[in-house]
Amino acid sequence: MRKLTLAMAVLGLSLSGSSFATTEIQWWHAMGGANGEELNKIVKEFNDSQDKYKVDPVFKGNYTETMTSAIAAFRAHKQPAIVQVFEVGTASMMAAKGAIYPVYKLMKDTHEPFNPKDYLSSVTGYYSDLQGNMLSMPFNSSTPVLYYNKDMFKKAGISSPPKTWEEVAADSKKLLASGAKCGFTTGWQSWVQLENLSARHNVPFASNDDGFSGIKGTKLLFNGPLQVMHITKMHEWQKSGIFSYGGRRSDSVPMFYSQQCAMYTGSSSAYGGMVKNAKFDFGVSSLPYWASEVKKPNNTIIGGASLWVLRGKSKEQYKAVAAFLHFLSTPKIQAEWHQFTGYLPITHAAYELTKKEGFYKTHPGTDVAVLQMTASKPTVNSRGLRLGNFVQIRDVINSALESVWSGQATPQAALNTAVERGDVLLRKFARAHQ
Amino acid sequence: MSVYFPQKKLPYLLVLPQLIITAIFFLWPAGQAFKQAFYREDAFGLSQTFIGFGNFIDLFQDPLYYKSMGVTMVFSFSVAFFGIAIALWLAVMADRVIRGKMVYQTLLVWPYAVAPALAGVLWWILFDPNIGPIALFLDRIGIHWNHFLNGDQAMILVVIAATWKQISYNFLFFLAGLQAIPRSLIEAAAIDGASPFKRFWDIVFPLLSPTTFFLLVVNLVYAFFDTFGVIDTTTQGGPDGSTNTLVYKVFKDGFIGLDSGGSAAQSIVLMAIVGLMTVVQFRFIERKVQY
Repeated sequence: MRKLTLAMAVLGLSLSGSSFATTEIQWWHAMGGANGEELNKIVKEFNDSQDKYKVDPVFKGNYTETMTSAIAAFRAHKQPAIVQVFEVGTASMMAAKGAIYPVYKLMKDTHEPFNPKDYLSSVTGYYSDLQGNMLSMPFNSSTPVLYYNKDMFKKAGISSPPKTWEEVAADSKKLLASGAKCGFTTGWQSWVQLENLSARHNVPFASNDDGFSGIKGTKLLFNGPLQVMHITKMHEWQKSGIFSYGGRRSDSVPMFYSQQCAMYTGSSSAYGGMVKNAKFDFGVSSLPYWASEVKKPNNTIIGGASLWVLRGKSKEQYKAVAAFLHFLSTPKIQAEWHQFTGYLPITHAAYELTKKEGFYKTHPGTDVAVLQMTASKPTVNSRGLRLGNFVQIRDVINSALESVWSGQATPQAALNTAVERGDVLLRKFARAHQ
Repeated sequence: MSVYFPQKKLPYLLVLPQLIITAIFFLWPAGQAFKQAFYREDAFGLSQTFIGFGNFIDLFQDPLYYKSMGVTMVFSFSVAFFGIAIALWLAVMADRVIRGKMVYQTLLVWPYAVAPALAGVLWWILFDPNIGPIALFLDRIGIHWNHFLNGDQAMILVVIAATWKQISYNFLFFLAGLQAIPRSLIEAAAIDGASPFKRFWDIVFPLLSPTTFFLLVVNLVYAFFDTFGVIDTTTQGGPDGSTNTLVYKVFKDGFIGLDSGGSAAQSIVLMAIVGLMTVVQFRFIERKVQY
């Protein structure tokens, strides 16, 4: 009889054990194409490495679609455990205190090894609260750099890429004289030519420390002298052919591929596309700054996305999330992701590992972004931006800049309008989060 | 008595599936939108405040909303006008063709099978300032095409993409309408010496007016509501809101901007506008239609 009870108990244990054997969690992401395949590979590696947890990656479309469907799912209580949210959605996620499980807290609650110092501070700064606690896990971060066509530079007799905007103008003139159609074009105009411009020259983009110290009363400040000067210059350059506008996001990059423009300022994560599409020798250099404004520029700020953990899951599932986030941050996985995609390595160890493997030697220019990000300690103005309704504010800025490029408004007037319209959006956000 | 009893219920039973569908897919969401229009809510729905007409007041104080209304009017009437005019012309031509009639008619209907989003992508590629063949051709004849910057060109692009698709639909109706016109009328006029143009204008066009009127209503509703895909895949409302129609703005503010209250208020106003427009059309234009 005793044997039987024992057998029953063992059976019961093993049964309950088996039904809890694998805890499944969903990860909604926005990585399509080659990056998506790499992501699936990493997840498979995690799933194969242990048998307690299983991560189920779901591709949800572009960044906006992924974020909005996660929010809709949350409202319907069908949210995933992890969602990838782009950097402009950061403030919205952060303000939704009842919806998110801050990563630092999750790691502490689940006793998963986690040291915030392992991560690049210029990356984590974007996703940390004022006390320096990491609220989301950085995953794919990029930063703007300058790509240049080495063949066209050689033809124009220029030996090294421009470091400053003054040099960009001078080099462009030489390039135009040697037959180029345009000097440079830019991707992500708001991010590169206003947000990063402000950070690099240590000028605020918005009040309340770029929105970091609070939602209430945050106002946009990007219609200051530096930004107006820069946009005015770009408008002048546009008339003389030094600069050519090619559309929003990275719509302009074909102008670089087709060798119309000799330079392109865009995301460091465009590297993979460059390798594939550029039928010429190209180089990567740091994002230019105005030598007339600063002696030494600040670090640039990041773009890309981070992983947010959503509330409403079981304790066991959060253990799975923590284990997975830990796995993602290991040097091996980070280095693999960084080398494949061109996104920044988010930990110091991943950078060192990549360096040791000799990747930067065989792929010159891939370390520019990292060096540029880590060259200086982030200041209040170069930690990043934390603005509510930022997706729409970007849209307002794009519209304003387009009205400059099409000659409908002066730079000062256009930026003033953008600030005014953007402030309305910020006030709306503040009212909804009182 | 009991024989008649089921028949009282039967009609209701038969329309029930339709009623259920209407209730679930129209009345319930519309009711939700109506409720949401009076609340201010954060994106995640964690907090909700009743603000009365606050969302509507915000809306009618927003200069961008009036701009969007203007854009919608220009867009919708252009799409309806060109869609109807070109389809009518094509139908009259196709009706006259004797040899290979079926081929023409079939080919002209094809674009209707293309999804709006795909139609948008097709035209977007054709007009892309860097790689589009049409844009490159225009550049060669001295027209600098860049719908990323030029609001009027962006509007032309979305009107072309939206109209192209609708032409097929209109074409089918006009062709059917033309075939319903008795040959004897036209032949009699021809014997009396009326020119082909006069025959068309005095006989065919008035006889087609019920079709034209029907298409006008349908096309306007199409341009107001169903052109979302075309705009989303081409201009996304830009540059500077010059193709941001009301329905696209509802989507943009609601789903991208996550402002559910403001977006709900807009959709209620939009519903009222289209309702009003349809009433006006039936009251004033229909009188001139000869059935």
